[in-house]
Amino acid sequence: MPIQEETIEKVNLATSKYKYGFSTDLEVDKAPKGLNEDIIKLISSKKDEPEWMLKWRLKAFEIWKKMEEPDWAKVNYPKIDYQDIYYYSAPKNTEKLKSLDEVDPELLKTYEKLGIPLKEQEVLAGVAVDAVFDSVSVVTTFRKQLEEKGVIFCPISEAIKSHPDLIKKYIGSVVPQHDNYFSALNSAVFTDGSFVFIPKGVRCPMELSTYFRINEKNTGQFERTLIVADDDSYVSYLEGCTAPQRDENQLHAAVVELVAYRNAEIKYSTVQNWYPGDENGKGGIFNFVTKRGSCLGDDSKISWTQVETGSAVTWKYPSCILHGKNSVGEFYSVAITNNFQQADTGTKMIHLGENSKSTIISKGISAGKSQNTYRGKVLMQPGAKNARNYTQCDSLLIGDQCGAHTVPYITSKNPTSNIEHEATTSKISEDQLFYCLSRGLSEEEAVSLIVNGFCKEVMKELPMEFSVEAQKLIGISLEGSVG
Amino acid sequence: MNLLNIDNLHASIGEEKILNGFSLKINSGETHAIMGPNGSGKSTLSYVLSGKDDYNVAQGKIFLKNKNIIDLSADERAKLGLFLAFQYPIELPGVTGMTFLRTIINSSRIAKDLPELEGIELVKIIREKAAKLEISQDMLKRFVNVGFSGGEKKRFEILQMSLLDPSIAVLDETDSGLDVDALRTVGNGVTNLKNKDKGMLVITHYQRLLDHIVPDFVHIMVNGKILESGGPELAKVVEKEGYKRFIDAD
Repeated sequence: MPIQEETIEKVNLATSKYKYGFSTDLEVDKAPKGLNEDIIKLISSKKDEPEWMLKWRLKAFEIWKKMEEPDWAKVNYPKIDYQDIYYYSAPKNTEKLKSLDEVDPELLKTYEKLGIPLKEQEVLAGVAVDAVFDSVSVVTTFRKQLEEKGVIFCPISEAIKSHPDLIKKYIGSVVPQHDNYFSALNSAVFTDGSFVFIPKGVRCPMELSTYFRINEKNTGQFERTLIVADDDSYVSYLEGCTAPQRDENQLHAAVVELVAYRNAEIKYSTVQNWYPGDENGKGGIFNFVTKRGSCLGDDSKISWTQVETGSAVTWKYPSCILHGKNSVGEFYSVAITNNFQQADTGTKMIHLGENSKSTIISKGISAGKSQNTYRGKVLMQPGAKNARNYTQCDSLLIGDQCGAHTVPYITSKNPTSNIEHEATTSKISEDQLFYCLSRGLSEEEAVSLIVNGFCKEVMKELPMEFSVEAQKLIGISLEGSVG
Repeated sequence: MNLLNIDNLHASIGEEKILNGFSLKINSGETHAIMGPNGSGKSTLSYVLSGKDDYNVAQGKIFLKNKNIIDLSADERAKLGLFLAFQYPIELPGVTGMTFLRTIINSSRIAKDLPELEGIELVKIIREKAAKLEISQDMLKRFVNVGFSGGEKKRFEILQMSLLDPSIAVLDETDSGLDVDALRTVGNGVTNLKNKDKGMLVITHYQRLLDHIVPDFVHIMVNGKILESGGPELAKVVEKEGYKRFIDAD
């Protein structure tokens, strides 16, 4: 076989087949394309929402209309036509389901292909799963057990009706409607997501978990997640994403808000594996996410851990506002880009409280022709006496056509705070690859080994349930990056 | 049984010809030593054998257990039972010794259709073999070759060799950078791995390694080919007289 053909074939084999590139044939109920007040009213009425919620959405829509799409991130993508997107689609079969047996078998099959058999999870893992399929939460498990502890874990659409006071109090309290273009859009059109409330003194008895899926063609996915941890409580929340393959770009603009009161701890872990587009940069998800946590109480702690391997374009900065004295914010991130993927991701640590402390560990891996940017802000306000931040920002390059960028914004407005920033850039060398190959490892095994070593500090922060999956994902997402 | 048969190998890097018709046969149970002055092509030979990409092989064949491997990649050759102990082992920051060993052992077991080893069983095997080479558990927790002393690097190479159990092991200047004690440890470690089914190719500059790894055959390599072959006594001649007489003869 001529070398060129052989190479093409090899590359095809290695990079083809986004593992989760299939779509489920479900009957779908959706509103017409485009965004206007009527669509928002439709979403609200489909969800049977109270009047105040609709008003809140419409206010957000008014704000959004006056805003401009941000362009400061180091990402390039074709202009999004917001009138060419479906803002509501739900599996038709949405009457309340009492058990998994009532779930559309097609949907269950999809989850099985993803390696998340709900049934097994329910029985084995002790993980309560709130599965979001397109826009509607289909089934929630383990609710009973949680209810006994007083933990509320339900679709946010349900919480709006069952716990209106909590929602009114907290929605938009950390990420206001006007915060940014995408948060305003999300506030206007969000269809579902999760709501978690952990009462005083309760340690949530299990890891809470949500798997999101984007399925319907041209459907924007706008989740809204809200987690409130009252005094002395603890919760660990896992969010995992995989999406079926589509040629058109799909928009994903989620908002996640976390609130931690005195001595409460929220651990939020994400494995993001949205479809990244093919090896020529065609298709893939646009992921514009606003995630922010507020450490309101003294001694509170919020920890973000993310493994980002998917999406064509990522724009995401999980942040912590450290109000409380001695409050702690953490950000552990692995961001991998391959082929034509672009990621502009990082965090913001805003220190307000005395002795507040933050740690940022960011590992960026770029391969193919991708661009990977760390953008991070550390701000010490005048009241943040003796506050400390430690930032470590490492980039690893694979091949010579990708880019890694580090953009820190560091401001201190008091003389007693302490900020450290360390950054490194390295490259997987031919010699390292040859060394591994000479031990019988394939190029992909070698890259996966080296990259997993590079990311270890972050990977060890992931809950057990995620770490194996995440390690595999790192291997899968770098397939075809060498040779 | 013939394990390795190198037949008239010609290789170059860029414009420079380095191997000029190199031939050598190694049967099971045999240990061969290749000695030669700097620049004679010894290290190139080890790289070309193990399948490094940088070289252009213009002519010749390499048979590993009667299979021509000239078109195979480095990992495919390794999986067939070829092992190279590096002269300058490569650092792998972030990858601990234990993780690396676990990965290469299981990858080679999969290739041999053996079940993967897990947890305690695997750790036990690794520790046992490590102890024989005076490799501490602490060293296995460190990143592969990062901050290792010369002796530690070479012992770690031999540990990998003992765990992968290759049919043919090529040792490239394994004595370089070793003090007398380390040389003995490494030499004994290698000697303990010799058996009637295996072949070894020891590439060295000096005779001293061959006091510890006693070869059955010694070959003198100059300008990319073997000029003279003999028994262990040939190494003593080199020790005494240097390479001058071979070079002059060429």
